[in-house]
Amino acid sequence: MRAIGIILAGGNNKRMRELSNKRAIAAMPVAGSFRAIDFALSNMSNSHVQKVAVLTQYNSGSLNQHLSSSKWWDFGRKQGGLYVYTPTITAQRSDWFRGTADALYQNLTFLKQSHEPYVIIASGDGIYKLDYGKVLEYHIEKKADITVVCKQMDPDEDVSRFGCIKVNDDGRIVEFEEKPVATDANIISCGIYVIRRRQLIELLEKANDEDRYDFVKDILVRYKNIKRIYAYKMDSYWSNIASVESYYKTNMDFLNRDLRNYFFKQQPGIYTKLADNPPAKYNPDSSVKNSILASGCIINGSVENSVLFRKVYVGNNCVIKNSIILNDVYIGDNTVIENCIVESRDTIRANTTYIGTPDDVKIVIEKNERYTM
Amino acid sequence: MIKKEMIAMLLAGGQGSRLGVLTKNVAKPAVSFGGKYSIIDFPLSNCINSGVDTVGVLTQYQPLRLNAHIGIGIPWDLDRNRGGVTVLQPYESQSGSNWFSGTANAIYQNIRYIDQYDPDYVLILSGDHIYKMDYEVMLEYHKAMKADLTIASMPVPMEEASRFGITVTDENNRIIDFQEKPKEPKSNLASMGIYIFTWKVLRDALIKNKDVPECDFGKHIIPYLFENQNPIYAYEFNGYWKDVGTLQSYWQANMELVAIIPEFNLYEEYWKIYTQTDTAAPQYISEDARVERSIVSEGCEIFGEVHNSVISAGVTIEAGAFVQDCIIMANTVVKAGARLDKAIVAENVVIGENCEIGVGEFAPSVYDQRVYNADLVTIGENSVIPDHVKVGRNTAIYGVTTAEDYPEGLLPSGGAIIKEDERL
Repeated sequence: MRAIGIILAGGNNKRMRELSNKRAIAAMPVAGSFRAIDFALSNMSNSHVQKVAVLTQYNSGSLNQHLSSSKWWDFGRKQGGLYVYTPTITAQRSDWFRGTADALYQNLTFLKQSHEPYVIIASGDGIYKLDYGKVLEYHIEKKADITVVCKQMDPDEDVSRFGCIKVNDDGRIVEFEEKPVATDANIISCGIYVIRRRQLIELLEKANDEDRYDFVKDILVRYKNIKRIYAYKMDSYWSNIASVESYYKTNMDFLNRDLRNYFFKQQPGIYTKLADNPPAKYNPDSSVKNSILASGCIINGSVENSVLFRKVYVGNNCVIKNSIILNDVYIGDNTVIENCIVESRDTIRANTTYIGTPDDVKIVIEKNERYTM
Repeated sequence: MIKKEMIAMLLAGGQGSRLGVLTKNVAKPAVSFGGKYSIIDFPLSNCINSGVDTVGVLTQYQPLRLNAHIGIGIPWDLDRNRGGVTVLQPYESQSGSNWFSGTANAIYQNIRYIDQYDPDYVLILSGDHIYKMDYEVMLEYHKAMKADLTIASMPVPMEEASRFGITVTDENNRIIDFQEKPKEPKSNLASMGIYIFTWKVLRDALIKNKDVPECDFGKHIIPYLFENQNPIYAYEFNGYWKDVGTLQSYWQANMELVAIIPEFNLYEEYWKIYTQTDTAAPQYISEDARVERSIVSEGCEIFGEVHNSVISAGVTIEAGAFVQDCIIMANTVVKAGARLDKAIVAENVVIGENCEIGVGEFAPSVYDQRVYNADLVTIGENSVIPDHVKVGRNTAIYGVTTAEDYPEGLLPSGGAIIKEDERL
């Protein structure tokens, strides 16, 4: 592959509400046994990108733990590898990343010391499968300066949290609005870009000279009439999890068999850190319907239309409905949980009831001591 | 090369012929167990959990899947720059090419591998038992007793003692007699086939006995050390340890895992069992499915009913299918409406629509009574069972079968259909 990869994984978003208290969005658990960043990392690996940098900033503990070894995505190699960069204090500078462009600029040495002609920039909170090689081919064919991976959304979908674009017949981007209040555009940017490495270095240096720090606002939007910025349309599944609503919906999407087949049965696959949990265990009075479960779960009660992450224990006579239970949660007997997202490592005492509504999913965070119950 | 205090040599070359079609193309240590594991995962995980980070795995019989499973040892944290796991296969030399002809002969042929690490002690393991054991504690015992050989031993019922190597000990646990599969056992303390040798003593014994045909630990090396009055001690072990060498014991040990609190608990945090897995995908249980008293692994898709069964990764059980008291291994598909009762189904099998597997009464096997003597249906890997057929109990099927193989749509109890792979 003639490109290096950069995954932007520094972000926080208040649309994630309490879920981001604990971790960066890229480290959010997804689909039972994965974390959001696994998708971008697996895409990089499957596209034969050998050298990938992950730029982190906000609450990167979970993310760092997840990336403690790069072998799961095949980056534990002599050539290339996985590089995790956090903001550092240097002789010249002591700033946090002040935006996406600044995050890239502060790691300019990574760009300068590479020799691959292209850079693929992806965000760590997208759930999708994509061969970046195809995007690069398109980029070269169009003689583009920057290629933006885009997705056509349904007309009724709220696109106000995305970058919205309009393209001409050739695919060149003619309009680009970041998070518009109102727009008639329904093609959105997926936050995945291909750009020539030297071009990127030049743009970043210029932006920095002008005290501009945001890749979208200060580079894509400003340069759209000067540079050839093209849209690569993606037709397959893509979802950004950076709001509680879309996080909930994305997880529930995996109850669809076709989607599971697409992600997990069709080659190439999605990889994640090995967890070494035993198989899930269904005890005699358990009842599980239309749900996905990860390894290490032990089920005694009833579970319906839900997503259970690794090592969830469901006690006797529990009713779990339309909910997402993150990893390592212990749910005591006779508990009822409906339309909730239960934060990881929680211990829910017996006889508890938590009920949200489909339109207002409740986030459950309990900090009970597990072994004093 | 760096010195290691103790390295392990894991004997994984055995066929396990009494597992019938399950080991037709697979060495016994690579046979699936407990849903997601292979049998060899237990000794390998015990090694790394005990701080033994250098393991030679001796392979011989059908090593392909075993080699693929072990790879460079990543799941067990045995991918090391210094030490780690090494697969040791029989090799050709200037004096000719020799298979490993016995357990001790296999170690003799790999003396140079062991010498590289200059170990003080060598741990000898076999790849066919299910247990958790801290070898480090056993080593402490070996050192404290100033033993040349320590044999892990456990009490077994007296009536079963003649199936094992039996150790007879004095009050200090020093072994004063050793009987290999005795007709009249003098004790019920059975050798578990786990040995710690002081390497210089073992090295010397292997060289002295190098011309003994089919040189074996139980039959030759241990008696030899006896004659020379080397101190040999028994290390008594009272935990869970299962030999899964027969279809019945293999099935039984798997079934025990579905108990509410199984005697052998895989859910303990402090002694994890590691394994190589192809998928991390979650499992799906559909709206109309029913799963109870079962363990189910990654990536399974369950649309039918599963009772009291062990289901490996990537298995699909279609709507209307009914599975009870079964072991279903990785990536097998049970099609709509099929019924399975007491079956062991290996990897990548397709069970046709509306099949009935495990019907009727037990009948003695017309194929191989030594192997097939329980009311289990055993189906080998990559087999295909056509739609709408019935299969009796105590039967074996291997290969791609078609309706013509089942006269009147039935394989009667005690029967077998064994087909070779026609593509080879």
